[in-house]
Amino acid sequence: MRKVIELRRATPLPLPAPPPPAAPGLREHLVPAVRATIVTLVLTGLAYPLLVTGLAQLLFPHHARGSLAVDDKGAVVGSELLAQRFASPAYFQPRPSAAGEQGYDPLASGGSNLGPTSKKLRDRATAEVERLRRENPDAAGPVPVELVTTSGSGLDPHLSPAAALWQLPRVAKARQVPEARVRAVVEDAVEARDLGLLGEPRVNVLLLNLALDRRLGAPASPAAGPPAAGRPE
Amino acid sequence: MTENGWLQIGLFALVVLAVTKPFGLYLHRVFEGERRPLPRVLGPLERALYRLCGVEPRREHDWKGYAFAMLIFSGLGVVVTYAIQRLQHVLPLNPQGLGPVAPDLAFNTAASFATNTNWQNYGGETTMSDLTQMAGLAWHNFTSAAVGIGVALALARGLTRHPGPGGARTLGNFWVDLVRSIVYVLLPASVVVALVLVALGVPQTLSAYRELTTLEGLKQVVALGPVASQEAIKELGTNGGGFFNANSAHPFENPTPLTNFLELVLIFSIPAALTYTYGKMARDTRQGWAVFAAMAVLFLAGVGIAYRAEAQANPALAGLACDHRAGNLEGKETRFGVAGSALFATVTTGTSCGAVNAMHDSFTPLGGLVPLLNIQLGEVIFGGVGAGLYAMLVMVILTVFIAGLMVGRTPEYLGKKIEAREMKLAMLYVLIFPLLVLVLSAWAAVAPYGASSLGNAGPHGLSEILYAYSSQAGNNGSAFAGLSGNTRFWNVTGALDMLAGRFLMIVPVLAIAGSMVGKKVVPAGPGTFPTNGATFTVLLIFVILIVGALTFFPALSLGPVLEHFAALHGRVF
Repeated sequence: MRKVIELRRATPLPLPAPPPPAAPGLREHLVPAVRATIVTLVLTGLAYPLLVTGLAQLLFPHHARGSLAVDDKGAVVGSELLAQRFASPAYFQPRPSAAGEQGYDPLASGGSNLGPTSKKLRDRATAEVERLRRENPDAAGPVPVELVTTSGSGLDPHLSPAAALWQLPRVAKARQVPEARVRAVVEDAVEARDLGLLGEPRVNVLLLNLALDRRLGAPASPAAGPPAAGRPE
Repeated sequence: MTENGWLQIGLFALVVLAVTKPFGLYLHRVFEGERRPLPRVLGPLERALYRLCGVEPRREHDWKGYAFAMLIFSGLGVVVTYAIQRLQHVLPLNPQGLGPVAPDLAFNTAASFATNTNWQNYGGETTMSDLTQMAGLAWHNFTSAAVGIGVALALARGLTRHPGPGGARTLGNFWVDLVRSIVYVLLPASVVVALVLVALGVPQTLSAYRELTTLEGLKQVVALGPVASQEAIKELGTNGGGFFNANSAHPFENPTPLTNFLELVLIFSIPAALTYTYGKMARDTRQGWAVFAAMAVLFLAGVGIAYRAEAQANPALAGLACDHRAGNLEGKETRFGVAGSALFATVTTGTSCGAVNAMHDSFTPLGGLVPLLNIQLGEVIFGGVGAGLYAMLVMVILTVFIAGLMVGRTPEYLGKKIEAREMKLAMLYVLIFPLLVLVLSAWAAVAPYGASSLGNAGPHGLSEILYAYSSQAGNNGSAFAGLSGNTRFWNVTGALDMLAGRFLMIVPVLAIAGSMVGKKVVPAGPGTFPTNGATFTVLLIFVILIVGALTFFPALSLGPVLEHFAALHGRVF
């Protein structure tokens, strides 16, 4: 290495005429190609991700391991970043999910990919509107459209504040507490736009439901709500 | 549409404008400067890589040598990634114990990543081991981006060098461009960006997937992996291959609006900066800005149309008793909203990135037309890393030629005459892309084994086919993902589409560079058409639009345009 540096310093500008151009040919380039393949693979395919993994685990272990959320007893109940199914009327429900046959499956992330003239999409949303109306008889105003549309990932952990508040009468009734107390929890959970400008205001559904349990007590029988279509075992 | 939405789009445009010059200067120093940045830290690494690769950095290639090196290196890349996928079950770093990838899918994926396309006929979380993701796929994210930069530099050198009579007609050294791209640009930036992404919530681990019990007592398996390291280079190298099936819509790949903004800026950063680098190489930065301006106008028009379209109610849901004020949210994430999703879709398809933060298949007909048309215009709206600049320069040559015809003079660009040979090569370049897209789309549309993969009926089905072959030939990689591409027919035709769309187009580009480099420079006279002003930019935009529209308008009118009018009448299929 030292030799190279010396060479560089010793060479005054402008550089002497470079060697003649390489003749085109398979042999001329095959050796550098094989060696460059191995070298770049080791550098960018192994050393780089392993270095980043090491640093990430050291500096930001919570995020690096998937932002896992724990309940009061310290049990891991999900990832803060991923939606999970909530069927009980005492919990706020996330948007419907097209990830996997049952929805909310992190092994099958994705959207419905139904197009803007899809009959399937219209039928699915129509059924969803009916279900939401049935389960939320006291809700004010029309159903926010995000509650009948599946997200791009199927794991969208958020609701807009409006879509959360729309569910508020149902949650308060199921928990037998005044709406104002539930509303306070929701309002505390609202995250503003990033830097006051980027994205949309939102509420993380899992964190909101954990906060509900913490501040208002766990619902009597969490899984006893009216089952939505097709629950996984 | 909201004021805030337009503000986000405007802020993004300003940030891109602000980074173009400083980053462009940096790139010029890296590739053309006598002294490269950070010589004490990165210099030794650069020299070590030359030694390990057995490369003499001062020996330059002519266009054929450059093309040979590029083709051999890329070909080896396809073979190695194919092998890693086929052998992942016996290789380390496979915590989930995933089996080997099927041959046709492995071929499609290897071609996809070697061509900077990152079309994905697989769901990452259930198909690829950590080793495959890192060494098989993310490796290509570096090298294929570096190849694109190299080809762009070679063409720029061909247009701007003045070797004089008897001078060497060389275009640079492929290996030097490759090594410098990685050492000075892609690798250091990726390390920093990856750590920022982790700080904002993106996972980075080699552990197995996490099984847990949800608050309501259900089982959920959380797929994890080295996501951040892949995410950083995926955007910076305009690759677009997601770690997860849902790509940048997945909260692990893109957890917040801030990461979304960062990813957007990363996608545009190198393609935008290279226009400035090009201007520096041409010794007239206005040449670079003229190209930048054409790209910017087309981008702003696209994002305006897409945002406006997506802010409307989804036509399939329009009759339902819902509050539609939030716009078309099918396939979109709450945290990004309609503005952040429309912006991402325009950025990712104007460049050949192909990452998605919303499902383009569920966009409104006109909202989905924008990404499709962006790809079909030839990936020139900033375009892929390097690929955008060389594609745009071919359009520039075409424009100069047409301008020359209009005034009846031999066209010249940067003082060099554009003659029959260059025009033939440019036309070859322009024709390969629609030939691939239209022939393959027609085949898939009439063959039962092609059309059976469709996820939507009616005109939208044709849009899915057109999008698939446009995206692959354009090396974009985003999809109307309702189409199930993991069949033998789609895997094989798609792989050939991608390989041809990359290498059959790069070779004419290098040939143009080779034929331009030795040309005599004629001083500009009163009859010279200036290529560094607004008139030229306007002409360039129209040439791009006319070439794209003439080629694809008939097909588009049977897909998105027909669907738009069907939707106006409330039709569903």
